Amino acid sequence: MDERVTTPQDLAGTVPVAVRDLTKVYGTVTAVDHISFALAPRTTVALLGGNGAGKTTTIAMLLGLVVPTSGEVRVFGADMGQHRYLVAQRINFQSPYVDLPMRLTVRQNLMVYAGLYGVANAEERIAYLAEDLQLSALLDRATGKLSAGQKTRVGLAKALLNAPELLLLDEPTASLDPDTADWIRQKLKDYARDRRATILFASHNMAEVERLADRVILLDAGRILEDETPRGLIETYGRETLEEVFLDVVRGRARRLDEPVASEAEEAP
Amino acid sequence: MSSLSSAGAVAVLLPPGGLSASLRRTSALVRRYMYLLRSSGIRLIELIYWPFLQMLTWGFLQKYLAGNTSPLAHAAGVLIGAVLLWDILFRSKIGFSTTFIEEMWSRNLGNLLTSPLRPFELVAALSVWSVIRLCVSMIPVALAAFFIFGFNLLDLGLALVAFFALLVLTSWSLGLLSAGVILRYGLGAEELAWSLAFILLPLSCVYYPVSVLPQWLKPISLALPPTHVFEGMRSILLHGVFNATELWWALGLNAIYLTIGYLAFRWFLRGARVNGTLLQLGE
Repeated sequence: MDERVTTPQDLAGTVPVAVRDLTKVYGTVTAVDHISFALAPRTTVALLGGNGAGKTTTIAMLLGLVVPTSGEVRVFGADMGQHRYLVAQRINFQSPYVDLPMRLTVRQNLMVYAGLYGVANAEERIAYLAEDLQLSALLDRATGKLSAGQKTRVGLAKALLNAPELLLLDEPTASLDPDTADWIRQKLKDYARDRRATILFASHNMAEVERLADRVILLDAGRILEDETPRGLIETYGRETLEEVFLDVVRGRARRLDEPVASEAEEAP
Repeated sequence: MSSLSSAGAVAVLLPPGGLSASLRRTSALVRRYMYLLRSSGIRLIELIYWPFLQMLTWGFLQKYLAGNTSPLAHAAGVLIGAVLLWDILFRSKIGFSTTFIEEMWSRNLGNLLTSPLRPFELVAALSVWSVIRLCVSMIPVALAAFFIFGFNLLDLGLALVAFFALLVLTSWSLGLLSAGVILRYGLGAEELAWSLAFILLPLSCVYYPVSVLPQWLKPISLALPPTHVFEGMRSILLHGVFNATELWWALGLNAIYLTIGYLAFRWFLRGARVNGTLLQLGE
């Protein structure tokens, strides 16, 4: 496909994300270990895992910020190593590990990114997002003087400026109070529904995953352990909540109900 | 969402490819740097403060020498001319590098490098901004040199435009190299942004002619574009002769160094993507 792809139109209608045998090795550390998955259009998928599970590295490879050691990442059909710019306008992301320039006002930051993403109706779009995300009163304040919750909303406004078909989020509600976090989750749900967008988000927060995700990819030590619906995971492991499943998995004591117990396995012919 | 006014409900997106898209993204980034400068009066004053102090110091020294000792010092303006031209190179380099570092300080590079912005557009924005910063910095200082010491930079005539352009091109090569190293190795290499240009200070014969260098050092000096600019400046101010050959040498060498600088920047950027450095920026 690479050789034939020359314009963004060539990629219209293809699957949002397709990852095949993706691996990232830093020196002697394997951050992501031969993972494969695909995201169907209009789904919200959670990358779940403990610290160092490979969530952020996976998202960074999807964004083209990190080059894979091996394997393939395709976003809307474009190989991100070769043709990232063909699809960059259809994607956006937010992460607590990057900031918008603190000295610029919210409006200035959003105007700059509207220019970068080619938003022709920048002023109307910013006004709309500001109203929707309750930022109107903050537009002319320096971004650095905002609270954590306000900054998260500004980051989300930046991520939604181009109305991306694929939204990548790294811990979208990290360090927010429960009320603000809940509010952000609702906004993301609304956006996914109204825009018919695909969302991939990394999270440690089980309530968030249960609330937002249609599907969970559970990572541990760079490998995919499970790829299921939240309800399916809970049932598979015979637990009450996703948090219990998560704790069992990361502590190495998880056992699927469909796995034979040791004594059964020994008795099996 | 449906209760909101619908004017901005849909993002109208312009085509991402082509020259106009590149210009739009470059100008958006230049606008970001303009906003930043406007947000701080201290930054604006600082742009003028250091070159002004340097011009004053060397200007008074020149005045002292002209009235007392060396006959060479009577050649009006050579020292101040050298100071001002060196400052063009140095300030432009600093403007390029610090603007890039600013993106890392503010942890904004991850946002930029995941947007549709291409690396050459980032470089173009840094280059354009370095010239704007330079003008903000040097025009008041050149005016001060005229009113305080009677040195008119415009006496260099059209050559001044060429000197200016050639020194700015050299500063971009240095800026690309230091930005690439910082990108690859993180803010620990920040010192390079400040110190790299100083390598050129003794080697490119800012305050003295190439002829005073030892024989073995001359080829190195002549391989540097600014050497030819400063030789050209002295030729005009001391002998009234415009030496076009020096300028062609400087132009040719700049083309080589600029190409190397851009390729190095891309190579370091690729290295940063491979090593995952872009994930740790600002930390």
